[in-house]
Amino acid sequence: MSKPNPQDRFYSKDHEWIKDDGGGTAFIGITDHAQELLTDIVFVELPPIGKKVAAGGTLAVVESVKSVSDVYAPVGCEVIEVNTELENAPELINADAFGTGWIAKVRPDDAAQIKALMSSADYDSLIREEKQ
Amino acid sequence: MKKTPLYEKHLALNAKIIDFGGWAMPVQYTGVIEEHNATRNAVSVFDICHMGEIEVRGPQALELLQFALTRDLAGQKTGRVRLALLLNDHGGIIDDLTVYKMASDRYILVTNAARRESDYHRLQSIRADKKFDCKIEDISDKIGKVDLQGPRAQELLRLLTDTDLDSLGFYFFCETKVAKAEAILSRSGYTGEDGFEIYAPADKIGLIWDELTSAGVGFGLKPAGLGARDTLRLECALMLNGQDMTEETSPLEVTYGWLVDWGKDFAGKDAAEAVRDRGIDKKLVGFEMTGRGIARHGYHVFKGERQAGIVTSGTFSPTLNRAIGLAFVDISCAAAGTELSIIIRDRQASAKVVKLPFYKREKP
Repeated sequence: MSKPNPQDRFYSKDHEWIKDDGGGTAFIGITDHAQELLTDIVFVELPPIGKKVAAGGTLAVVESVKSVSDVYAPVGCEVIEVNTELENAPELINADAFGTGWIAKVRPDDAAQIKALMSSADYDSLIREEKQ
Repeated sequence: MKKTPLYEKHLALNAKIIDFGGWAMPVQYTGVIEEHNATRNAVSVFDICHMGEIEVRGPQALELLQFALTRDLAGQKTGRVRLALLLNDHGGIIDDLTVYKMASDRYILVTNAARRESDYHRLQSIRADKKFDCKIEDISDKIGKVDLQGPRAQELLRLLTDTDLDSLGFYFFCETKVAKAEAILSRSGYTGEDGFEIYAPADKIGLIWDELTSAGVGFGLKPAGLGARDTLRLECALMLNGQDMTEETSPLEVTYGWLVDWGKDFAGKDAAEAVRDRGIDKKLVGFEMTGRGIARHGYHVFKGERQAGIVTSGTFSPTLNRAIGLAFVDISCAAAGTELSIIIRDRQASAKVVKLPFYKREKP
């Protein structure tokens, strides 16, 4: 069973979450549902600091034993920090996708775009539909 | 997609199903690493019903196989398994298959799933051409197969058969009963661990699966999917047909030179000899990543600025906890220790040629 999707952040249909930290920056990761589908994450390719990514552009890559999956930027943004813990412990995403398994801290081009994404309730329904 | 007799069981176990060469097969149940580790440390069971079985019987069954296959089978005794190659006229590998000698005039060939039709047609054409007196029949649909693999495989199997397993050596088989069903039981596999390949009538294989999985609970048995099968075989440098070799591949370019017996005549020999005499210019080697990343099938290999080859299989190795793979490289780059780079997405990651296999079990 997936962990509940926290209400303090927004979601993309590609199963990323983004959480505005109030200081003009935001954290991005993949959802617990996404890590469940991937299972066994064994490698994370992190973006370079300063990289600018358009909304829907590739921000990072997560690999399981069998698969390679892009992580997309839910909004246009610039990377200001990455979770270097993932270099040695990619399984943090499996263990805690919404917390210590965060992937990048970014400066959104337009913070208002975040609220245009899905709420946790919308994302709950998306997963329910996918599971049917 | 074609379904094996065990398909419903995979669904009930919540397996993730993929299309594997036209077959709906479980790639994983609970997770590749968990299933991989169960095989290395305890025991696991795999649905291998998709593999092909071709029966050759008749007075000249051996003559046909002696000409069709690269391996000299003259000394093979009933009850023994041999690995052999079926080549095309250009000396390329159509299939790497196992030969079960059931009787002096009856053999069963176990083929790769995707090679079953090609093998059958090749054998039929050789039989017709040389007028060998034997019958060739594709019996794949009548036969189900599960592999029971891991250090506790024998302990578990002992509960379901009267056969004396201690006296069944590696690459030996017997006809016996498993879970009361008629079966061929072979001590062999594709994981590098001790274990068995079990063949039974297609309508009985579900029963065997059920008995193994329920008796296996106390042994830490897990059903394992194609994901774990791939990491397990790659750690042992067992090649995958269609991926590490194709019909363009000569046995000498991969680790199959030992399967060619030059002292006898066989189909494709002239072309294979030409390659042997000319010398090979590329070779399948093992590599491990020394830089960050996992090299995957199809990634390009470089030596300095020069393209030097291509990755055929690459994965994260759960046992060794690092990224490993097989690659076809220029013969100049094939020596162990050679430093290479592999293009992962848009960057170069360093890698090193290593001796094979990556993993070898400690024998008791």
